[in-house]
Amino acid sequence: MNKPFESPFATSDAKARWERDYREAIGTDRETVNVSGIPIRPLYGPDDWAGYGQPDPLGFPGQPDYTRGIYATMHRGRTWTQRQLIGLGTPADYNARLLGTMAQGASAVSLIPCNSVYRGYDMSSVEPELLGTCGTVINNADHMDRCLEGVDLARISCALNDPSPFTLLAFMLVAAERRGVDWRNVSGTSNQSDYISHYVANHMFYRLSLPGARRVLMDHIAFCNEKVPRWNPMSVVGQHTQQAGATPAEAMAFTLATAVQNAEDCIARGMDPDQFLPRFTFFFDISLSFFEEVAKFRAGRRIWARLARERLGARKETSWRFKFHAQTSGVDLTRQQPLNNIARITAQAMAGIFGGLQSLHTDSYDEVFQVPGEAAARIAVATQNILREEAHLTDVIDPLGGSFYVESLTDAMEEKIVAIMKTIDDAGGMYKAVEAGLVQRMIGASALRFQQKVDIGEQTIVGVNKYRADDDCATRPAVERPDTAKMQAHLDAFSAWKAARSPAAVTAALDGLTRATEDPKANTFAAVVDGARAGLTNEEICARLRRDLGFGQPLAFV
Amino acid sequence: MTTLEDTFRPRVLVTKIGLDGHDRGSRIVAAACRDAGMEVIYTPPWQTIAAVVKLALEEDVDVVGISSLATDHLIVPKLMNALRDAGLGHMRVVVGGIVPDNEEALLLKSGVRQVFHPGGTMDEITIKIRDYAREARAAGTRAEDT
Repeated sequence: MNKPFESPFATSDAKARWERDYREAIGTDRETVNVSGIPIRPLYGPDDWAGYGQPDPLGFPGQPDYTRGIYATMHRGRTWTQRQLIGLGTPADYNARLLGTMAQGASAVSLIPCNSVYRGYDMSSVEPELLGTCGTVINNADHMDRCLEGVDLARISCALNDPSPFTLLAFMLVAAERRGVDWRNVSGTSNQSDYISHYVANHMFYRLSLPGARRVLMDHIAFCNEKVPRWNPMSVVGQHTQQAGATPAEAMAFTLATAVQNAEDCIARGMDPDQFLPRFTFFFDISLSFFEEVAKFRAGRRIWARLARERLGARKETSWRFKFHAQTSGVDLTRQQPLNNIARITAQAMAGIFGGLQSLHTDSYDEVFQVPGEAAARIAVATQNILREEAHLTDVIDPLGGSFYVESLTDAMEEKIVAIMKTIDDAGGMYKAVEAGLVQRMIGASALRFQQKVDIGEQTIVGVNKYRADDDCATRPAVERPDTAKMQAHLDAFSAWKAARSPAAVTAALDGLTRATEDPKANTFAAVVDGARAGLTNEEICARLRRDLGFGQPLAFV
Repeated sequence: MTTLEDTFRPRVLVTKIGLDGHDRGSRIVAAACRDAGMEVIYTPPWQTIAAVVKLALEEDVDVVGISSLATDHLIVPKLMNALRDAGLGHMRVVVGGIVPDNEEALLLKSGVRQVFHPGGTMDEITIKIRDYAREARAAGTRAEDT
């Protein structure tokens, strides 16, 4: 055993001496504040961590308050789900790419539809130049069936980027039914079920009015809890707000406030928190502010455990667990010297892993140019494989736990997040706060503040405001768009299929949707599934619900 | 005595066409133009080409700024044609956001004045927009004279 080094000074003298040495050596110290606005000191020690010296100040993994992780084994046992978002072109294009990604190690399906689908339009209604350029063109149950050909829906978990009114899940359930797969075995997540974050961040798809989206979400949660019990109908999204400019603390606060809003809406409807909360999941951005992100996740986990128990009244531990998927931040990536993005993505992914995530998407370095190309997507998958299997990041649970800095920062982030949540609560909760534009204004101000830091060089971005070099254009790929002939054939087949349907059956299915919206006791999502089965298209379902429940108009201000 | 430079206030429309709604860029650029002393007309995302042409005409803008973070720049050539057909060929159009090199060439060929890529500072962008507004004003005046 090594003998501990004995300092010739008493502890207090040693600290005073370090402070003096530090001040003398550094001269004027630079002021350091993280993105969330927390001042960062040059050194952290026992005095900076309130829990220091207490017996088991952090508890244990898998036990409330879950600071160290929601499962006893964490990444030492089952690691994280490797879930790469993919989506492009026609359903056949998607299927080919999906099977390839799974062969390389991706352990779950994810699906991004075309922006036209997000906006609630069928392919025959939009500018043809845009079809399939950002995701897969899926307008009916047949298209979904083709996308998932060769995928065992009873075994593989599927994450669908599927905003309200959840037409993609409806199409998938119909596809499962046709294949004889029991809905009780279908698992996965409605990735984009958080209408509030869409409304706030104006991401692609604000489809229904706020009250309409609220109603459909409740119906969706109730339906899935009962009929597709392994499905996570609620994914509360912090990623949209952070990509739109919210600080990490704001993004966490808005997300938790949204989760509380949705949970309280469910409770008001008479649902049992111990039934729906175990199926709540979260989805976050991981920015390059490494320690801040680690602290954000650790703090969020314990705030949620407390909220679920104390505020929402959940009694089961499975209701308190903060399960989250995270994606490395695309906003941090640069067009300049693009291969540098691989280093950024690696650091972001490590922050998420040390933060205790359950599922991870690593961006491809070329995402600043395009929907990921195949070669770049392979590197993104390999990055995860390297971190998991070569770098030994998973050997120890919560390896940063007990670091004076990380614990102090976790406490400070918690305090900040709780304070922001108080502002939201004072405004009447998340629904009212976004309706009034409060959250949008906070995000706009934070985005501007960050941009100003970059413009004056206070925040370095390599290759952009520092270490600029002659750009290596060779590393910037020429972008290829989906094959227009294949897309035209997809469109022609769809038009022919539509024309061949019985008009009476279409009308009857649409009337079924309207009846559901008119009856407060009916389940609108069940009606969406019935409509999908009867052959309604994405646009037909969205258009009818927009008519009956109101169209979503974004708030717009600078 | 005030000079032309003091009183010149560019009129800029900042908008998004097509299907994508990521509006962080358009909001930041709109705020920067406003702070640089320009008249800014800002819209929410998801405008149609026809709506942009109508607004550009009604508001008599000098510069139309299109923010494109997904692939909506692919329909900018259609916008250029629509502006010309409406007799607004003097207006300068700039695109900001994510535009691959090989597609930037197509945009410039269709008449787009400049494509701004991620990483530019707000000052760089507003100085250029001011220059283009001056060009547009001069071209518009000439067009009226003839």
